[in-house]
Amino acid sequence: MNALNVQPLEIAEEIPGAEPFAPFRRSTPSDVRRASRLGLGEPVPFGPLLGPALVLLFWSAASYGGWLDPRILPSPWATAATAAALIADGRLGANLAVSAVRVAEGLTFGVPAGLVVAVVSGLSRVGGYLIDGVVQMKRAIPTLALIPLVILWLGIGEGMKVTIIAFSAFVPIYIQTQAALRATDLRHLELAETLGLSRWQFLTSVVIPGALPGFMLGLRYAVLGSWLALVVVEQLNATSGIGYMINLARTYAQTDVIVVGLAVYAVLGLVSDGLVRLADRLLIGWRRTLDR
Amino acid sequence: MSPVVRVRALARRFTVKGVLANVDLEIDRGEFVALLGRSGSGKSTLLRALAGIDFEAIGNGLIEAPDRISVVFQDARLLPWMRVIDNVILGLNGADARARGATALAEVELGDRASAWPHELSGGEQQRVALARALVREPELLLADEPFGALDALTRLRMQALVRRLVERHRPAVLLVTHDVDEAIHLADRIVVLEDGRISAELRRPLDPPARAQALAPLRARLLGLLGVDLATIGVTP
Repeated sequence: MNALNVQPLEIAEEIPGAEPFAPFRRSTPSDVRRASRLGLGEPVPFGPLLGPALVLLFWSAASYGGWLDPRILPSPWATAATAAALIADGRLGANLAVSAVRVAEGLTFGVPAGLVVAVVSGLSRVGGYLIDGVVQMKRAIPTLALIPLVILWLGIGEGMKVTIIAFSAFVPIYIQTQAALRATDLRHLELAETLGLSRWQFLTSVVIPGALPGFMLGLRYAVLGSWLALVVVEQLNATSGIGYMINLARTYAQTDVIVVGLAVYAVLGLVSDGLVRLADRLLIGWRRTLDR
Repeated sequence: MSPVVRVRALARRFTVKGVLANVDLEIDRGEFVALLGRSGSGKSTLLRALAGIDFEAIGNGLIEAPDRISVVFQDARLLPWMRVIDNVILGLNGADARARGATALAEVELGDRASAWPHELSGGEQQRVALARALVREPELLLADEPFGALDALTRLRMQALVRRLVERHRPAVLLVTHDVDEAIHLADRIVVLEDGRISAELRRPLDPPARAQALAPLRARLLGLLGVDLATIGVTP
């Protein structure tokens, strides 16, 4: 007999006038996990790909049915063929490498800078007074609106491109990390006081691990933001990179190459976001949320 | 015996209303004192003043307290990003910290959960980890702010027995804040009643077991009376 099946109870004594006792029954077949009623339900393997797959399906159907003019948007298979050709002659690989290096350089400067400034601003009263207002002002100016100024300062070369990408990474890292540092639970502060922790122990054991989820969220925004910035700066007098490839294709009306370039941006965004989320999961194994 | 804790004319207020007014209290080395009081009577304020975490309070008075003080809060207050053993030895220095932490965990019967995450433990287990974290520091004074308040009745009884055993072994002075008369009688050598920010009564429990058993019912009735519970009006015969 299955131990989890609830058997109806025998009622020893009837209470006159009382409602007949209804045994509480919820039988559970063996080895089935019951999902939380208000939770998200069980995750399905490859489930996150469902939305993109539907977009691809719709696009294919529209092209196949002839509702989509190839000059407006080429079919998925034509795009795939173009992508294969671009990979075969090395153009896609070379341009992709240039773009990836730009983003990597931007992140290399932007993320540590955002982190350091957030720590100074988040953990010291004076630091907060000095820094936070300035960054909030910077935040009100879109990074892309700084392009003309940065071009005048740094010229139109790689320095300008990497600077703009670094700025795009800096702001979200700063905002999320600083907020998370300031959100340190006062009860944990009390605990640290009673345990006699040094300031350094308090920072490394309490504040920074507690702010890590905030930093990781900032990192997700930073990575996506730097790809977005890349798209814009590569339209400006670039001689290599995915954006340059797209611009060149526009000149020759090669819609398929443009679509390949855009698809590459989309895939890069998805992949890099997925990597950050994976790191997040590995680093923050203690957290229990809806998404687990 | 010389007291390890001495409080003289302690006063604390937060905004307008005074919370503690002129509290005098001494706790001897190894003595177990329960601090009883209704909610809002200032029990926690006194404990937090002793623990040195009453940052938001304004006040004056004298507090002499030992260096090694451990606090057990009502919530276990474990850091969720640290495994159980690391929570226990947080802030401990020395090469033997881990070994001492393991011993402390064994004392609270959680020797096998050292590498678990806090969220994998039940509420009672988490509170036992907090107890291990307090005792591993060999405190001269253990402050406990309603440490069993969030536990179910059965777990509470087991925790009380565990605390008694451990306190007898380690012999710290203890100040237990509680609103549970039975808990105070069960655990403490001396019971101090706080009312409106003043100590309104102090009762000592008889030392020899037969006298203690006899004194139980009157002690209980007396304490409940001090806390404003009249047993006759609620239909209970003491």
